Amino acid sequence: MSETVSAWQLIASGDATLFSIVRLSLSVSLAAATIAVIVGLPLGAFLALARFPGRSAIVVVLNGFMGLPPVVVGLTVYLLLSRSGPLGELGLLFTPAAMVIAQSLLVLPIIAALTRQTIEDLWLEYREELTAMGVGPAGQVATLLWDGRFSLVTALLAGFGRAAAEVGTVMIVGGNIDGFTRTMTTTIALETSKGNLPLAMGLGLVLIVLILLINAAAWGVRLWSERRAG
Amino acid sequence: MRAAPSDLPLVLDGVSIAVGGTTILDRLNLTIMPGAPTLIVGPNGSGKTSLLRLCMGLAAPSKGTVSWGGRTHLPQTRRAIVFQKPVMLRRSAAANVAYGLAQAGCPRALRARRTEELLDRVGLLALASRPARRLSGGEQQRLALARALAREPEILLLDEPTASLDPAATRFVEEIILAAAQSGTKIVMASHDLGQVRRLAGDVLFLVRGHVCERADAADFLDRPATPEAAAFVQGELVI
Repeated sequence: MSETVSAWQLIASGDATLFSIVRLSLSVSLAAATIAVIVGLPLGAFLALARFPGRSAIVVVLNGFMGLPPVVVGLTVYLLLSRSGPLGELGLLFTPAAMVIAQSLLVLPIIAALTRQTIEDLWLEYREELTAMGVGPAGQVATLLWDGRFSLVTALLAGFGRAAAEVGTVMIVGGNIDGFTRTMTTTIALETSKGNLPLAMGLGLVLIVLILLINAAAWGVRLWSERRAG
Repeated sequence: MRAAPSDLPLVLDGVSIAVGGTTILDRLNLTIMPGAPTLIVGPNGSGKTSLLRLCMGLAAPSKGTVSWGGRTHLPQTRRAIVFQKPVMLRRSAAANVAYGLAQAGCPRALRARRTEELLDRVGLLALASRPARRLSGGEQQRLALARALAREPEILLLDEPTASLDPAATRFVEEIILAAAQSGTKIVMASHDLGQVRRLAGDVLFLVRGHVCERADAADFLDRPATPEAAAFVQGELVI
């Protein structure tokens, strides 16, 4: 039990190492989720509305990629960014930027697939009404994204939660360098194997609280939106 | 907007709609002129909704042509339709009307005032900020009417707008429709309520299985139906 007590003490005393790790984790995952949203929302909306040969295959692949194994994404980005890889000259491997790239690839299918589902369902309902009002393609996308805003926020939170909780990609492309690319999850893995349980448990607690907060936020958004917009 | 060319008369010339071998409308010839409301009556599946969608330009005929004021390709800015189950956007009542105004090309500066006028016209001003999907069925129909009227339509197509409403709500909706008709909008409305035909119709189009079975002034149709099918329908017998 002494480990639990020390874990709480680390959190309560505002331990500098612990909080710099939390900060890095959050900024990497937030940046990754933001990039995934910027690419994933238009991509999902496009797939929902456009009809072209091969669309079904892309949708199936996208849905499948929601469960992409993080280590495989990590490995792929590692190969791209490693010195002999095609993007090796950028010198990004083992930097926070590499972690952002890898995590945004991990989160992108989640955002894009959930957006496609939301927008397509909404389009089925809205199609005739919008056509009758003479709404053009750009207006249709804008209307559907806006009217699907609450489901889309939930998708964003799901993506962010996935990024914050995964360990495989950031371990491989970040390298778990002390004070530079060490995140909550990679620290927990390392410190546990070293037997330094208080820091591992302290970070574990912070991580669980964060995930709970994200889910509570998603739940709150849903309740609030049901009251506000029906 | 009044300078735009007229959509009337609306002419259907030898129009058929067939979907997968099933004929929904069969060689319809029909001219709709300005004037009192035209009510399309007939049993379920007789083609009322398909006819309204044709009139709106939402469906293309399999055969024949539809023309508005002599033109077959016309932007639908001067027509509006209210579906049987109108879709409320996930926004406030006022935002739904403002959306309709924006799509009809109403300048941004005028939208707030026009929204208020339209909501007032359908008796929903007090509920302006209420989420549209939280409104009752009758209120949603009135909101859909306000959104359609935002287009200042020359032709207003209505698909059984009172089908699932109680008498009080029906009366409210009918008053809005009559007011629109009196201000010069041509109403074309599907209904299978004979009381409603008596209250609203100038003339009646009686559809059975995709054919125009009878077209007559409302009073003639109700009191002196010319065909056995119409007579049976007016008598309240089941016409299938």
